[in-house]
Amino acid sequence: MRRLVTDTLVIAERNLVRLPRAPELLLAFTVQPVMFVLLFRYVFGGAIKTPGFSYANFLIPGIIVQNIAFGGFVTALGLNEDLHKGLIDRFRSLPMARPAVLAGRTLADVVTNALSATILIITGLLVGFSFHTSALPVIGGFGLLLLFGYAFSWVFAYLGMLVSTPEAANSVGFIVVFPLTFISSAFVPVASMPEPLQAFAEVNPFTIMVDAMRSLWLGIPAQNNVWGAVVWSVAIIAVFAPLAVMRYRRATSQ
Amino acid sequence: MPLDADADADATASAGAHSSVGVPATVRSEEAAVSVSGLVKSYGTVRALAGVDLEVAAGTVLGLLGPNGAGKTTIIRILTTLLKPDAGTARVAGLDVVEDAARLREQIGLAGQYAAVDENLTGLENLTMVGRLYGESRATARRRGHELLERFELLGAAKRTTKTYSGGMRRRLDLAAALVANPPVLFLDEPTTGLDPRSRLQLWETIERLVAEGTTVLLTTQNLDEADRLAREITVIDQGRVLAGGTPDQLKDRVGGERLEIALDGASRVEAAVRALAPMTDKPPDVAGELVTFGVRRRDGAIIDAVRRLDAAEVGIKDIALRRPTLDDVFLALTGHAAEVAEDEQETVA
Repeated sequence: MRRLVTDTLVIAERNLVRLPRAPELLLAFTVQPVMFVLLFRYVFGGAIKTPGFSYANFLIPGIIVQNIAFGGFVTALGLNEDLHKGLIDRFRSLPMARPAVLAGRTLADVVTNALSATILIITGLLVGFSFHTSALPVIGGFGLLLLFGYAFSWVFAYLGMLVSTPEAANSVGFIVVFPLTFISSAFVPVASMPEPLQAFAEVNPFTIMVDAMRSLWLGIPAQNNVWGAVVWSVAIIAVFAPLAVMRYRRATSQ
Repeated sequence: MPLDADADADATASAGAHSSVGVPATVRSEEAAVSVSGLVKSYGTVRALAGVDLEVAAGTVLGLLGPNGAGKTTIIRILTTLLKPDAGTARVAGLDVVEDAARLREQIGLAGQYAAVDENLTGLENLTMVGRLYGESRATARRRGHELLERFELLGAAKRTTKTYSGGMRRRLDLAAALVANPPVLFLDEPTTGLDPRSRLQLWETIERLVAEGTTVLLTTQNLDEADRLAREITVIDQGRVLAGGTPDQLKDRVGGERLEIALDGASRVEAAVRALAPMTDKPPDVAGELVTFGVRRRDGAIIDAVRRLDAAEVGIKDIALRRPTLDDVFLALTGHAAEVAEDEQETVA
């Protein structure tokens, strides 16, 4: 057990140390989300009606949730690369705790997600977003974000080992997750969508998650959204972590 | 060429003699460091190994020689616990590769076909990470990393990310990573594939030093010179089966004695040449274009004899040489095809 912890930390550290050395990844974490905030806030913001909210207040929880869900793409890229470049073979020939490869990889995402979310919150505050609740729900919201991001790290871990190249991992992740984030309450009120999309958006976990963040940060009635978001996150982990572990076993037993 | 081979045989023998002193305590020199029997492995319907037996004496090098897809990498993967065999047993350093896999991983080092180092970490960070995954503290792992970088002449590049390294430097770092825990048994899967001749020579010298210090090495190669130079014993495999085994000299003896190789001045007189040379040999000569090759009955005077016969038959020659059979000849004789250096090995093992 002690070995599992130390080995997980060694792998997490490795993944964090290498990140700043891949400039394109670093840009994806820092500049890209800021760019999206600015584009949505100032290009679409004037045209989208969000009754009861300023668009900045409406947008920031939504865009942060979208961003955190994509944080795990580094895991998809990283695992795919490690598998094909023989690093996983090296790890598996060492007397280390085997689950540490996946656990360390996804743990590193929690750190980068926290960094990325902080950058977005600061950007949000600069473009007109403000918290309407006390410190506790604000911090709770941040924790919920990290949990949700962690769940998607496992989705991406699975996808990353399912496909044959890092490029494919990237585009599959994009095609699967991107529409999910848009057909939700993240960027526009669900009521403004055509009927069939509304029906989907209302049950979409992204809507539940975004609404949970709005209740924790803006003080709108929570209904069951916060618990719903926790349950969804845990459920995604419960499904995709075992899938990823199985895929890892299969990918490495050939 | 023959002189080289003899010199190397001596070098390997003396390395073997030292081994009883330097062998780490976990493997006693009198027992086999690796012993494999009846190993079978299939991937779906493809039979990668069809019952392989082999043995490596502690402190020696066994060269596993075979073409692409012969099953070399599969054997390495089984012996390094990356893959479970379908049948058969394998013991490394006295431990069963399936039953004792976890303990065995502390006793082995693996350097693969691809240099398995993290491109975005520096040389030192790579070695430190591997050391820590062996359970060492950060400080110990760093110290050991420094030692290894110095030994592999990479200290100057210790703080550079390895994507800036040349192919030879990466292989050296990969090998260094395999040596972090001082393993008594080392597995090298085509360690010099894709290296330029100078880097290859450096790597060979490094491997020879390791063996002189008592490490047991099992290496796979398609390169016959490499097997000839490094290995005390060679096992030739093809299509998942062992075709032959023995010292390089024993294998060469199986093909026959010295061979005379004559390059004719133009291919038009080949038949006349073969007729003229026939009395010198038992088997009909091999002819490839203007190159005529055959085993001679007597070594002494063979060249003069051949030149006189060809001169009398009015056949011009460009070049003539007497040589011992090479492992190429052995390979050709055993597998029925030449050792090809193909680029697509990864497809057969992926």
